Amino acid sequence: MALDPILLSRLQFAFVVSFHTIFPVFTIGLASYVALLQGLFVATGNAVWDRLGLFWTKIFAVVFGMGVVSGIVMAFQFGTNWSNFSQFASNFIGPMLSYEVITAFFLEAGFLGVLLFGRHRVSPSVHFFAALMVAMGTFISAFWILATNSWMQTPQGYEIREGVVHVTSWLEAMFTPSFPYRFAHMALAAFLTGGFVVCGVSAWFLLRKRDVDAHKRALSMTMWLLLILTPLQAWVGDEHGLNTLEHQPMKIAAMEGNWDTQSNVPLLLFALPDRDLQANRMEIGIPNGASLILRHDANGVVPGLKDIPAAQQQPVWMVFFSFRVMVGLGLLMIAFAVAGLVLRRGGRLYTTRWFLHGLQGMSLAPFVAVLAGWFVTEIGRSPWLVYNVLSYADAVTPSLSGWMVLLTLIGYIAVYAVIFWAGVYYLFKVVRQGLDDLSEDEEMHDYDRPERPLSATRVPFDDSTAASRS
Amino acid sequence: MEMFDLSLFWAVIIAFGIIMYVLMDGFDLGLGVLFPFAPDEEARDVMMNSVAPVWDGNETWLVLGGAGLIAAFPLVYTILLPALYIGVFLLLAGLIFRGVAFEFRFKSKRTRGWWNAAFAGGSFVAAFAQGCVVGAYIQGFETADRVYTGGAFDWLTPFSVLTGIGLVIGYSLLGATWLVLKSEGHVREWARALVPKLLLGVLVVFAIVSLWTPWIDRGVFDRWFDHLHVIWLLPFGALLCALGIFLANRHRREGLAFLLTLGMFIFTYLGLLVSRWPYVIPPDYTLWDAASAPESQFFLLVGVLFVVPIVLTYTAWSYWVFRGKVRVGEGYH
Repeated sequence: MALDPILLSRLQFAFVVSFHTIFPVFTIGLASYVALLQGLFVATGNAVWDRLGLFWTKIFAVVFGMGVVSGIVMAFQFGTNWSNFSQFASNFIGPMLSYEVITAFFLEAGFLGVLLFGRHRVSPSVHFFAALMVAMGTFISAFWILATNSWMQTPQGYEIREGVVHVTSWLEAMFTPSFPYRFAHMALAAFLTGGFVVCGVSAWFLLRKRDVDAHKRALSMTMWLLLILTPLQAWVGDEHGLNTLEHQPMKIAAMEGNWDTQSNVPLLLFALPDRDLQANRMEIGIPNGASLILRHDANGVVPGLKDIPAAQQQPVWMVFFSFRVMVGLGLLMIAFAVAGLVLRRGGRLYTTRWFLHGLQGMSLAPFVAVLAGWFVTEIGRSPWLVYNVLSYADAVTPSLSGWMVLLTLIGYIAVYAVIFWAGVYYLFKVVRQGLDDLSEDEEMHDYDRPERPLSATRVPFDDSTAASRS
Repeated sequence: MEMFDLSLFWAVIIAFGIIMYVLMDGFDLGLGVLFPFAPDEEARDVMMNSVAPVWDGNETWLVLGGAGLIAAFPLVYTILLPALYIGVFLLLAGLIFRGVAFEFRFKSKRTRGWWNAAFAGGSFVAAFAQGCVVGAYIQGFETADRVYTGGAFDWLTPFSVLTGIGLVIGYSLLGATWLVLKSEGHVREWARALVPKLLLGVLVVFAIVSLWTPWIDRGVFDRWFDHLHVIWLLPFGALLCALGIFLANRHRREGLAFLLTLGMFIFTYLGLLVSRWPYVIPPDYTLWDAASAPESQFFLLVGVLFVVPIVLTYTAWSYWVFRGKVRVGEGYH
């Protein structure tokens, strides 16, 4: 079988971006949580908030560091693997991606240092302000990336002259029809990720009866937050879907596994979409469900995949199943949030073992849901890199041969495997170490120096140094 | 916007970003290359400590340069990256490994040997790959209709291997003079003894490259040999710096030796720019051919002019805070 540079390039980008996304989606949520904790400390003067703030800031630092390292590669992939796309769209994506870099630098140069290393050098209010600015910075970073992606999904505000995109209105190009929905959906996803990880870790500590008071507070406030956010996310996701129906109907068709444009389309709970058959096998569905959800009318017409030639259809089963994984996990999250509310009666929230064990497992759920969601939206727009404008085949680097992509794909997997192992292993060590007593906070003895995010965390990497923390 | 040549302005910004990167990441990459040859583990601690507070700030210039390139000169981005495909991968893998090693070496004891190897190996690969890029750049790129049409290993030729080795030695020299400046005792003496050897190595490669380069391309030949130009001052300046490094190192003028090494790099860099000016993708495209739309260049310029001074101030501040010698046993923890 000949190695197809287009398919391999897509796999490579998917691998790198999926691997990378894990970290920012977590840091965006966590940054806001840290800001909240530091804000509570300022407002109440209760040191427990500061201790929690320090603990989560250390974890934030490690994850942020891993996000930066894993993100560098992508800045080059647009050129190495998708040079025709870069050539075509650089007038728009160039400044957008550069602004993301600039935002990150600005953040790192200023407020991040104060957040990570300034706990004892500035007043709590200034420290809180820095945390707030870092949280805001992560959103601004996300803004540039999501605006760029939304433009590729629903392009506008440009014209093509001599085969190259020229921006005619920056505002229109930055705020495309799908952008507000995508941004809201992703921001909530980041909050849910941060929230469920905080709950999972708090549950871990409660099960071991360590720092019970602090982690009870963390769990309680986060469960309230999730009770509001999980249903809200379902609503925003639904709105996002309606927006997609308007602008990218074929993506919706794949998500619903619907082949013929027709009315009274069922909501499929399970099916095996088969592109060769141009139909589903083993359908289990709720009659009229899809029509009701998408058109608010049982007789509503839902677009079908047969509207486009089979060769242009996405790998339908991937979109179909990714969508169900995402929605399924979303429902599970709502269930846990509601269960938490019920268990509050009599304080069982902090002692019910199945629930706490379940929360530990649930801390992985948002990551999987986020990846599944991105699979839906990215695979769902194929074969278009810029929707209805530029196809993958026209976007890929012409000089690329399959073996080059395969070789570097294997290389990136190897490199990332090492980093991921080291990073996650280290992260677990940080978590296990638990809350510091503020009195023996090592930062007190630190030199007056700027450092990188990871060095904010001084937990030893391997065990033999555990006795002598250097 | 017509009254102002934005492309030229951007060329200056990116050229500045690149030389900032070469100078600043150069010496910490060089330390990585010298790492396996250090006399003992104590010396390695000092070497890493001397750059630990600043190295990642140094690498921001690479990312800033890369991002600036796709926004201001997309053609450079879309021809160079495909042409250097394998090399770019090696460069990134090298930089990632050494970045992670920086963080975890200090936090480990049992696995320290692995992080040492990752740091040294990553630094060497990154330095060599960058040197090869320089060589490939001098050679030029095979293009048709604004697209790269050459093969996967066009960048890897005897000439680019030579420039690769040259940059590895050059960075090592930067690393050695930096270490002399930042250390004391046996570490400093070791580094100081390395300087003349590395300097000789640099000069040998410099001589071969200088003699070889004009024969690679007619345009470069004409630029240098058409008539005696003021540009001949550039290689002359580089040689003068080399002599200065030798003398300064001998007379223990530590700061001067380091500054002159920086000077040698700057002169060489300017010589390279002059050889190919105004071609940014030799031999076919000038910087105006490669430019993005003026409105795109302008849109980003606003942000860059705002942030670059802040980054510069921050950088200067961190170097100021960490001025002076790093002592054995003193920590970056």
